[in-house]
Amino acid sequence: MSKVKVAILGSGNIGTDLMYKILKRPNQMELCLVAGIDADSDGLARARDAGIATSADSIEAVLESGAQIVFDATSARAHKANAPRMAEKNQFAIDLTPAAIGPYVVPPVNGAEHLQQKNVNLISCGAQASIPLIYAASRVMEVEYAELITATASKSVGPGTRANLDEFSETTSMAIKEVGNVKVGRALPVVNPAEPPINMTNSVYLVPTADEVDLAAITASVEQMIKSVQEYVPGYRLTADPVIDHRDTPWGKKPVVVLLNQIEGAGDYLPTYAGNLDIITAAAWRVANAYATGLQA
Amino acid sequence: MTLIMPRLTDTTLRDGSHAVGHNFSKETIANVVAALDNAGVPVIEASHGAGVGGSSMQHGFSAVDEMELFAIARENAKNAKLAALLAPGIGNIRHMKAARDAGLDIIRIVTHCTEADCSQQHMEAAKELGLETVGFLMMSHTQPADVLASEALKMESYGCDCVYVVDSCGAMLPGEVTTKVKALQNVLTTAQVGFHAHNNLGVSIANSLAAIELGVDQIDTSLRGLGAGAGNTPTEVLLAVLNKMNVETGIDMFACAEAAEQHVSGLYQVAIDEAALVMGYAGVYSSFLRHAKHVAEEYGVSSKELLLELGRRQTVAGQEDWIISVAMDIKKARGDASAA
Repeated sequence: MSKVKVAILGSGNIGTDLMYKILKRPNQMELCLVAGIDADSDGLARARDAGIATSADSIEAVLESGAQIVFDATSARAHKANAPRMAEKNQFAIDLTPAAIGPYVVPPVNGAEHLQQKNVNLISCGAQASIPLIYAASRVMEVEYAELITATASKSVGPGTRANLDEFSETTSMAIKEVGNVKVGRALPVVNPAEPPINMTNSVYLVPTADEVDLAAITASVEQMIKSVQEYVPGYRLTADPVIDHRDTPWGKKPVVVLLNQIEGAGDYLPTYAGNLDIITAAAWRVANAYATGLQA
Repeated sequence: MTLIMPRLTDTTLRDGSHAVGHNFSKETIANVVAALDNAGVPVIEASHGAGVGGSSMQHGFSAVDEMELFAIARENAKNAKLAALLAPGIGNIRHMKAARDAGLDIIRIVTHCTEADCSQQHMEAAKELGLETVGFLMMSHTQPADVLASEALKMESYGCDCVYVVDSCGAMLPGEVTTKVKALQNVLTTAQVGFHAHNNLGVSIANSLAAIELGVDQIDTSLRGLGAGAGNTPTEVLLAVLNKMNVETGIDMFACAEAAEQHVSGLYQVAIDEAALVMGYAGVYSSFLRHAKHVAEEYGVSSKELLLELGRRQTVAGQEDWIISVAMDIKKARGDASAA
C-alpha cells in the first residue's frame, strides 16, 4: 500500500520539531516536502540534510506537492490565506497556528471527532498542554472559570509565536471554554528568559460552581488523563498533587483547585526544555496518523 | 545647571492597584483623578495593575470593571492625558480598542526587558488606533545596558514613542540608572526615554533624580508612593525636591500632597517591610508581594524564603503561580508531609 504524502509548511521551531517526529515515526506517512520562506533558515537546512525535498516558495510549493496532509506551522495570518487554497486542492490541513478556522482538536479529549473535516486547528501549545487537565477536572465537577498560566523558555518561542500573542491568548481562552467544557476560559502566556532555560510549565486555576470540591475525584481523573497524554508526550507530568487554595473570586470565596504541570520535551529539535514544541507537534503527529490510517482503511 | 522637567505620569491608580489588591472604589478613582488633574499633572495612568485585561486569578480580580474605571477617569480628567498599561497576552488588542474608545490617549506596552519583540503586534495595533505609545522594559536591573539599548531599538522600530527603563523590583541604584538611561538615549533616534522607579531599596527619589539629571523625557510617580512592592517614587516628594532645586515643574506640589493625604493614605500603608526589602535586594518582581504573603500564610512558610527562592529561579512578571510551586518545594525540602 502506498504511503500518504504529507508536507510541512513553516520551517520555524514547530515545523522543524515536527519534521523530526515524522522522520522518527513515519508509520503510513511519507514526508514529501518542507516549505518555508527563507532558503537559508535552519529548518530548511536541516530538512535538506535529512534528505527531504525543500522549497522557499512556501504555500505555492505545498499546493503543487501532491501532499494529502499539510501541517501549517506558519502564522495565524498566513494560515487564513493558505486555508482556502489547500481546501481547494483537497489537502487535509492540520493548523498549528492560532488561526482557528477549523474545529479545535485536542487528541485525548476529542481527537477522533473531526477527521472528516478539511481543516482542524490545534489551537496552541498552551491549549494542548492545559485542556486535557481542564477537561479531566470538568468531567467530574462543574467549572465556573478556568485560567491557564503558561510559561515557556524564551529560546523556544519563535518569531511567529511572538507576533501572534494576541491570537494565542484569544484562541486558547476560547478553546479552554469549548473543549475544556467550562463556563469561562482564560489563557495568560509568559515568556521567561532564565538561564538555563525553564521547562514549559503550566498552572491551571479552576473555580468550581459549588462551594465544595471532591479533590480525590479530581485527582483520580487528572491522573488518568496524564497517562493518556504520556502516550504521546512521555515528559508530561504534574509537579505536585492537585491542591486547593481558598481565594476570593468574583463568584465568592471559593476552594480554587490548582493544577501544576510541567513538560519535558523529547529534545528532537530544541533541547528538552522546549516541551511546548512537543505537546503540539506530537498532537499533530497523532491527528495526521489517525487521518492517514483512515485514508488507507 | 538648569534641569528640564520631564513629562510626569502619575501611576497611583495603576501601579497602586497592586498595593490595594485591585480594589479601588469608584469614589477613589474619581477623587484621585480630579485632584491630579487640578494639580496640573499632565498624564494620569489608571488600569488594573497588570494592565488592561489584567483582572484574573493570577493577577487578582478588579473590584470595578475596567471600562467603568476608564469612564470615571475620563470624566474627571479635564486637561490630563489618560494612560493605561498593556502586557501583550494579558491585554489583547480588543481591550486596547475598548480603552481607546473610552477616551484613553496613551497605551504603555510592557514586556520583560529581553522580550521586546513580543510588543510589535500591539505597538503596531496601537498606532493604527491613533494612540500614543510607551514601551516598558520590565526588570531592567537584570540586563546590562547594551542589551537594554538593543531591546529599546526594537520597540522604536515598531513605532514606539518613548521607551522606559523600568526598575520593576526597586533593585537599581543611581549609578546604574545613569548608565542604563544614557545607553537608551545614545541609540534611540525618534523615541523618547523614560524612567519608572520602585522604592524597595529606599532610593526611588535618588534614582528619579539621576534620570532627570540626564534629561529623561518622561518620569513615573505615584501619590504617597502607592505601588507594588515598596511602592513608587512619591509624586509629592519628587515635586518638593524639584521645587527645592528650582526646577519649573508646572505641577502644584501642595495639591498633590493634600491629595495623597486625603485620598490615598487611608488605602494602604506603603512601607519597605521585610518582604519588600528582600524583593529589592533579590530582584523579585514587585507585584509578587501580596501574593507571596497570601501563599506564605496558607503554606506556613516565610515570605522571605519564598521570595529569595523566586529570585533564584529567575522568575519574571506574570509568574505569580510559581509562588505556590516554590512554597510546596520548600515544605517538601523541610520534610513536612502535611499538605496545605
